Amino acid sequence: MRLRLAPEKTNIDFFSLQYITFGASIVAVLLTFLSVATLGLNFGIDFRGGTTIRTESTQAVDVGVYREALSSLGLGDVSITEVFDPVFRADQHVAMIRIQAQEGLEAVTPEIIERVETALRAVDPVITFPSVESVGPKVSSELIWSAALAVAAGSLGILFYVWIRFEWQFAVGTVAALLHDVIVTVGVFSVFQLKFDLTIVAALLTILGYSVNDTVVIFDRLRENLVKYKTMPLRDLMNLSANETLSRTLMTASTTLIALTVLLIFGGDVIRGFVFAMLFGVFVGTYSTLYVAKNIVLFLGLDRSDKSKTDGKPGNEFANIDA
Amino acid sequence: MQSPLWKRILIWAVCALGLAYAIPNLFYTPVEQHNDASKAIAVAGGVATPEQEAALALWPSWMPSSLVNLGLDLRGGAHLLAEVQVADVYKDRIDGFWPQVRDALRAERDTVGNVRREPSDPGVLKVKIGTPAGMAKAVEVVKALAQPVVTLTGVGQTDIEVAVEGDTIVVQLSAAERAATDSRTVQQSLEIIRRRVDEVGTREPTIQRQGTDRILIQVPGIGSAAELKALIGTTARLTFNPVRGRTTDATADAGARNVLLPSSNEEGTFYIIEQTAVVTGEELVDAQPAFDQNGRPAVNFRFNPSGARAFGEYTAANIGQPFAIVLDDEVISAPTIQSAIPGGSGIITGNFTVEESTELAVLLRAGALPAELTFLEERTIGPELGQDSIDAGRLAGIIGMIAVAAFMIACYGWFGVMANFALAINIALLFAILSVIGATLTLPGIAGIVLTMGMAVDANVLIYERIREELRAGRGPSRSIELGFEKAFSAITDSNVTAILTAIIMFVIGSGPVRGFAVTLGIGIITSMFTAVYVTRLIIMTWMAYRRPKSIVV
Repeated sequence: MRLRLAPEKTNIDFFSLQYITFGASIVAVLLTFLSVATLGLNFGIDFRGGTTIRTESTQAVDVGVYREALSSLGLGDVSITEVFDPVFRADQHVAMIRIQAQEGLEAVTPEIIERVETALRAVDPVITFPSVESVGPKVSSELIWSAALAVAAGSLGILFYVWIRFEWQFAVGTVAALLHDVIVTVGVFSVFQLKFDLTIVAALLTILGYSVNDTVVIFDRLRENLVKYKTMPLRDLMNLSANETLSRTLMTASTTLIALTVLLIFGGDVIRGFVFAMLFGVFVGTYSTLYVAKNIVLFLGLDRSDKSKTDGKPGNEFANIDA
Repeated sequence: MQSPLWKRILIWAVCALGLAYAIPNLFYTPVEQHNDASKAIAVAGGVATPEQEAALALWPSWMPSSLVNLGLDLRGGAHLLAEVQVADVYKDRIDGFWPQVRDALRAERDTVGNVRREPSDPGVLKVKIGTPAGMAKAVEVVKALAQPVVTLTGVGQTDIEVAVEGDTIVVQLSAAERAATDSRTVQQSLEIIRRRVDEVGTREPTIQRQGTDRILIQVPGIGSAAELKALIGTTARLTFNPVRGRTTDATADAGARNVLLPSSNEEGTFYIIEQTAVVTGEELVDAQPAFDQNGRPAVNFRFNPSGARAFGEYTAANIGQPFAIVLDDEVISAPTIQSAIPGGSGIITGNFTVEESTELAVLLRAGALPAELTFLEERTIGPELGQDSIDAGRLAGIIGMIAVAAFMIACYGWFGVMANFALAINIALLFAILSVIGATLTLPGIAGIVLTMGMAVDANVLIYERIREELRAGRGPSRSIELGFEKAFSAITDSNVTAILTAIIMFVIGSGPVRGFAVTLGIGIITSMFTAVYVTRLIIMTWMAYRRPKSIVV
């Protein structure tokens, strides 16, 4: 008996709730803008400058005691959070200490780090410092821009490729869908004030790649069906294409989600935020493939008059392989 | 329906090669020791110690031995991003230009009158002339001193800009000369940093130029960024200057052409020394840690011939006078010249510890930095945290692989098994390529591999779903399989090309961990396309030819 994620033949009308689903997407995007404007993002030191110190001890972490120990050093805004992780040993107690960028200094000086370490050793003699990272405000502001640039360049590259391989309407639909995914993911990081650093940008770019992958597969089928069924209304054609590829959409989403869930649980706390962003992005990416990209193409309309001029085997430019 | 024999052999050969090159990574530590030993033996000219022989025997030398580099976040070490203060050099250049300008203008004293250097910002030379009427001539004289700049874009430009402010001539470096100087300064700094890091001999440091004036330094295995900073952040500009006086007044007036510098080991003592050095550290050919006659740590040094001559002449002419050994604007010591020192070698004593004298010797050997460095980014990752990350990544990778494989079998049965086989080859190929190109594996890179496993089956899923459709349409097994592969191909190509596009963009724009992730993701996409399209197809075709099933269930 095989596991089937979707029945062999489905006939779901993905447009029946189009106002609700598309509306929900628009609302989610608007909420993200609102949230980023009001709550902002919890930037890590990559984007804000400052220092993070990871502490590890066999003694339990008492955030209050740590704060007490550091309060006399006059370092400005210091945040201390205890880190929990299922793969930690029983006597492994980890905390992250974040110190704001110091006035007039590019990177936190070794003397300041030395003082912090001495102060913490006084309250916990067995404490160790597995990592100390410090980023100056000059680099961090550049990193924000290069991150934004990366997302923009990624979107443009995809827009261009899809435009060449398909039609411009598909390109617009694809890019709208994947920007939706990236924006909503950023929104989740803003609403829950999760730490947003350079690795999250890598995750966003991966979401970009995954989302476009998913969308392109349906568009590829749509391109094929456009030739096969010349008179079928576009809306029905899209439903047909989405239904035909539904099994694959769910299969791929499932295997990716399985791999990511394993990584989320066992991959350690250092990359948890990164994995979470991708996990969420795959969910949204799958949703947007089914409910956002096609709606935009339908809304823009397709010029189907010159389809007869093609050779009847679209999408087969690369199909003459054998192995 | 079977593909030609040569093609089958080629595909299997690629897979076998991939496996062979991936295997060393399973035995990371012994292979690493083997590689280190063979490198050390090659350096020693083929002579091996017994320990090296033993390390060499840990891995057969006929096997491939390239390994994936572990990034700093996995191995532990220090990361620094330094900015070279390129403007420092402008000041030296302009100050060095002043005697030339003075001499040239003095030759025209009749027209321009007396000349005097006015106080100005660093990097600017302001010269006041006594007879303003002769300004045109003065400007002409100064401009004649300019040298053409040789750069790709700066054709026809000279190295200085001359302007007039009332009765003052203002000389600055031109934009073209500044660009050329910047580039040289950063290149020199890079070389000197590399020499200093190599002197302490750690494994595979990364020292790269970034942008116009930045240098990225990553040194695995070093204890902390502070330690690395002490090594490369010191300018180590050594000079030997005549001493004019000694004082405890920090605000004392040093007088023209003199400077007041603090003593490094006598608190509150200052020396008035002549600004112009007799000899500088640039003329050193060697420096070694040593002990003075009282058994205190010191540094022995030797000058090159021209330095030795200058030093010998100066000491011969100034017996009984003190002179100062100045390091980075601090007087290390100010001994009195007992006799002429003609041989060009000497000893620097101060209040050193053994570590300090060793470090100073390293710095002096490697040379002084042309400009100061400021640090924009520093990261230290402890080796234990790196090991924890490797362990977590490995655990997640294995569990993820098992989970994805089980899911594939649950969905596609025997065809799932065949896809899993291709997936295993995919991972092997990925590691093989990463090892051969010497890519660096970072923690996000491991995440990229795990993600690749999830996404790699996508191509297989596309193919299998197509085969199912063809079977439902009533076609025979082998025809369905053939059509399945054929029709799925355009979707596979389009989706993977866009994914590779994003990987390339991440690599170009990103830095550090993002790059590591982009590399594994990009290579993973390419290998997964190869395995899904060629390897899976070959496996299925071989199985079909062997079993000749009347019907198949995908």
